[in-house]
Amino acid sequence: MNSAEVNERIRTLIEPFNKKGIAIEDATTFAGDLEFDSLTVMDFVAEIEDEFDVIISMNQQAEIENWGQLVAAVHKLQDS
Amino acid sequence: MNDASTVSATKSAVSERDLLSKFDALIEERANFLSDGRADPINLVMEQVLSPTRAICNGRETLLLGTYNYMGMTFDPDVIEAGKQAMEDFGAGTTGSRLLNGTFRDHRDVETALREFYAMDHAMVFSTGYQANLGIISTLAGKGDYIILDIDSHASIWDGCAMGNAEVVPFKHNDIEAMEKRLKRVPEGAGKLVVLEGVYSMMGDVAPLKEMVRIAKENDAMVLVDEAHSMGFIGQHGRGVAEEQGVIDDVDFIIGTFSKSVGTVGGFCVSNHPKFEVLRLVCRPYVFTAALPPSVMASSATSIRKLMHGGNKRAHLWENSRTLHQGLRDLGFTLGTDTAQSAIIAVIMPDLEKGAMMWEALLKEGLYVNLARPPATPAGMTLLRCSLCAEHSAEQVTTILGMFERAGKAIGII
Repeated sequence: MNSAEVNERIRTLIEPFNKKGIAIEDATTFAGDLEFDSLTVMDFVAEIEDEFDVIISMNQQAEIENWGQLVAAVHKLQDS
Repeated sequence: MNDASTVSATKSAVSERDLLSKFDALIEERANFLSDGRADPINLVMEQVLSPTRAICNGRETLLLGTYNYMGMTFDPDVIEAGKQAMEDFGAGTTGSRLLNGTFRDHRDVETALREFYAMDHAMVFSTGYQANLGIISTLAGKGDYIILDIDSHASIWDGCAMGNAEVVPFKHNDIEAMEKRLKRVPEGAGKLVVLEGVYSMMGDVAPLKEMVRIAKENDAMVLVDEAHSMGFIGQHGRGVAEEQGVIDDVDFIIGTFSKSVGTVGGFCVSNHPKFEVLRLVCRPYVFTAALPPSVMASSATSIRKLMHGGNKRAHLWENSRTLHQGLRDLGFTLGTDTAQSAIIAVIMPDLEKGAMMWEALLKEGLYVNLARPPATPAGMTLLRCSLCAEHSAEQVTTILGMFERAGKAIGII
């Protein structure tokens, strides 16, 4: 799956969590722009993990602050 | 340095970045919370403790329903006597690490008592339960290993994970399928540690250990279970939820504490692992701290051996828990579990404001419970946590229900 396809898939997954319908770009942050709390992060990460059959550990999550970083990380994970 | 230079050093520090400023929001929130003169839920002082179930707080007698004194051992005459004797014979403290000068007769004896209690080969005593989790988890799972754990795990478990630098993979609370999926995704060849709790202390619910331990073993993971809130009264011998559900032989490490049913202070790990003793050399929170005082060790050993024969008390604690649970339900309160699964009954409050009002109303009635709030609680809930004691009489439980009814109606929750 290429980066654009990964982007598209995660975009579908985030919809139910993006309650305010904020426009998402690479620089959009989860904690700041999307106001995700730790519970939302957990549920959202679980959806991605199940969809792509990968593990995104807490350690990796700590490195991911915005949308672009997430797409890149998932793209790399599902490739390996 | 003379006085004048101390003053100037302090003054110049003001212009530097204040490392405490990151807590400003919390300082303000707390000031606001207390501004209307309400009682402070985290600064209650027990001016006198009369028994495991009664104390004097704010000058008045208060029924205790928010301690972890499940088996009421704090005032057991044998437990107190053993501690007094050890203090007279061995002194007030150890002034040293277990590895150096801090192992006295009673440190060995309490580890023997634990091996007897759990029928396991090895036992290692830490200064607190927090340190037991911190030490064992961080030492077992290091860089490159994977820890699969329940998202509602206790802070000491999370801190142990962080300290060891392992890859940390949480799963949804008590969700067997979510746990299994994550275990199966761990890269081949990596070390795996599954960390579970017998009883989760916020809601008082029990883990499906039977299935979870089986799945962990099928996936070649080692299993650690924290049984802090079950020791002494869950399972045929009081060994905890793993015993109750018939999987204790497949659990590699059990973590526990003396600060709940045992009624003293200290933490421990018991195990049948043949290489267990090496942990005494490599576990930093065990090595680099002072051993507990001999009086605490002697009291703990006596208490643990008495808990082995505590069948009647155990039955009464269950009676109390079920009666309180049913009674609160009948009054119309929302509870954390459908039935009483442990000695913790969590009453769910609509919000922090109402929860704090209810907590204060109960205190004025003469009842102490725990007010629990985020981040300690799951899903942002505010809880009034009630924990029962085997020394609560049936009459006290009836009294408690009356207090809840009056306070709940006054606040408008029921």
